[in-house]
Amino acid sequence: MKIVMAIIKPFKLEEVRDALTAIGVHGLTVTEVKGYGRQKGHTEIYRGAEYAVSFLPKIKIEVAVASEQVDKTIDAITSAAKTGQIGDGKIFVINLDHAIRIRTGEADAAAL
Amino acid sequence: MTFKRPNSAGLAALAILAGLCAIGFADAALAQTAPAAADAAKDAAPAAAAAALVPNKGDTAWMLVSSALVLMMSIPGLALFYGGLVRTKNMASVLTQVFAIVSMIGVTWTIYGYSMAFTDGGSMTPWVGGFSKAFLHGVDASSTAATFSNGVVIPELAYFVFQMTFAMITPALIVGAFAERIKFSAVMLFILLWSTFIYYPIAHWVWFVAAPDDVANAAKALAAAADGAAKTAAQAKLDEVTGSVGWLAGAGALDFAGGTVVHINAGIAGLVGALIIGKRVGYGKDLMAPHSLTMTMIGASLLWVGWFGFNAGSNLESNGTTALAFVNTMVATAGAAFSWLIFEWIFKGKPSLLGICSGAVAGLVAVTPASGFAGPIGAMVLGFVVSPVCLFFVSTVKNSFGYDDALDVFGVHCIGGIIGALGTGILVNPALGGVGITDYTNITGNNAGTYDFVTQMIAQGKAVCATLVWSGVGSAILYKVVDVIVGLRPSVEQEREGLDITDHGERAYNY
Repeated sequence: MKIVMAIIKPFKLEEVRDALTAIGVHGLTVTEVKGYGRQKGHTEIYRGAEYAVSFLPKIKIEVAVASEQVDKTIDAITSAAKTGQIGDGKIFVINLDHAIRIRTGEADAAAL
Repeated sequence: MTFKRPNSAGLAALAILAGLCAIGFADAALAQTAPAAADAAKDAAPAAAAAALVPNKGDTAWMLVSSALVLMMSIPGLALFYGGLVRTKNMASVLTQVFAIVSMIGVTWTIYGYSMAFTDGGSMTPWVGGFSKAFLHGVDASSTAATFSNGVVIPELAYFVFQMTFAMITPALIVGAFAERIKFSAVMLFILLWSTFIYYPIAHWVWFVAAPDDVANAAKALAAAADGAAKTAAQAKLDEVTGSVGWLAGAGALDFAGGTVVHINAGIAGLVGALIIGKRVGYGKDLMAPHSLTMTMIGASLLWVGWFGFNAGSNLESNGTTALAFVNTMVATAGAAFSWLIFEWIFKGKPSLLGICSGAVAGLVAVTPASGFAGPIGAMVLGFVVSPVCLFFVSTVKNSFGYDDALDVFGVHCIGGIIGALGTGILVNPALGGVGITDYTNITGNNAGTYDFVTQMIAQGKAVCATLVWSGVGSAILYKVVDVIVGLRPSVEQEREGLDITDHGERAYNY
């Protein structure tokens, strides 16, 4: 099992969710995050005060999938979240040791 | 969570309250032990004639509505306008400060403020009133106050409450300058002292005319008098009745709704505060962007609506001049809001919401002294002019001097107020569409009814400078006094944590 974690553009969230649902991913955790990468920030001006805002709002999604589903998941996220512009985000894949469904106590694959 | 017992600070606050009451009773005693002065004032004014005048119902209704509108300017208008501009962690602090100032002044104005501002102070009367109306002594539902029209009066209680709302909003304006970095106890103590020693006297300087009808009649008599003995007699009569006026009113300074008393006064006090208290921790490094421009826009809009009470209400009647002040308030503000937006677009690259809101407030400030004196086109030009000047002060000047006037009280209110005060001297000129000099202004110069540019600008400049000096120096002293008694600033840790938690034990937002 793996956790596929992706940082995406906020307005792409719905498309990514639809793409993941289409390949049979049944759960997703979403977090609003800020960060910076190659995409430059912007300047905000409030009367005389100028602020260089380098941390941009992004969405972090985390989805736990069986190992054999990882490639499909990555493809789904990549094709849905891609605009071709700097700032589209990144995908990280992390090993997942255990998963337990709290309601039933089911473990691992059955819990995903 | 455990229930905590009241701490020593709470007990200290109780002690202060008790002290306030004691001061209040002392005032009452003063009022009663000085009946001679009150009687003398009664003799000087032919009160019997005035008593026969009955207030117009329309005027009364308008003044009460205006009073409520001006209260709405402070809460929630100003509170939201300021609150939106601070960071989330200080939102409750700003809202509380404004609300608490409004409430405290409501008490002190009733106890002694109204009396200090609007009674005859005997030998001190050019400078400050007395205590003859402390605790509203002698003011009841049948008392009347004069208006700008001869022989027209309004209930004195309506005048009292209308002026109270001005006394409330003026000190509340100051808190924007040192927002996010002052202890709540320091704010309250400073405002208590400031309203007592700065605001009430200055309101008296500019607005106190004991018997305007008598002044107007005497001025007319003088103008009509033939040469010789009649003229001398008329002059003597005029001198007698002008003895009981505030010194700036006597100097002929025009300030229709309080550009000097309210805005220059609060603006300079704010700047001095920002300088003495110092910059916010992290100023120039940390992100200090407004936490909610939505709130700021709501606040600015409420200020605009409320300002009709402030300016048009300042006519004290409901008539053509009221409509003029209303229209001036509309067009000057529209002009200034639009002008700020355009200048910002040209010089800063983008037209911003905060910009147009700031422009609206700058326009409202500038038109305040001019609202009943300028013509609508003059007022609109005043609006166009004030915004670029204020924009220059809140960006270029503030940044080059490096003072942390957090919410631009100086840049908008003081500078806008000065532009308005001087602009009033120009725009009152009938040749520019102004109403000209009304019959009981410029009384000491005996040039009532005539406009002279130089004379008028000298009078306006005198009012501006006197306010800057009295409020600037006076505030500096009061800040130092407060610093010694309770301390001005919270600790660096408390400031970083935010005043919502450290001063008030709550957050504006829980989500």
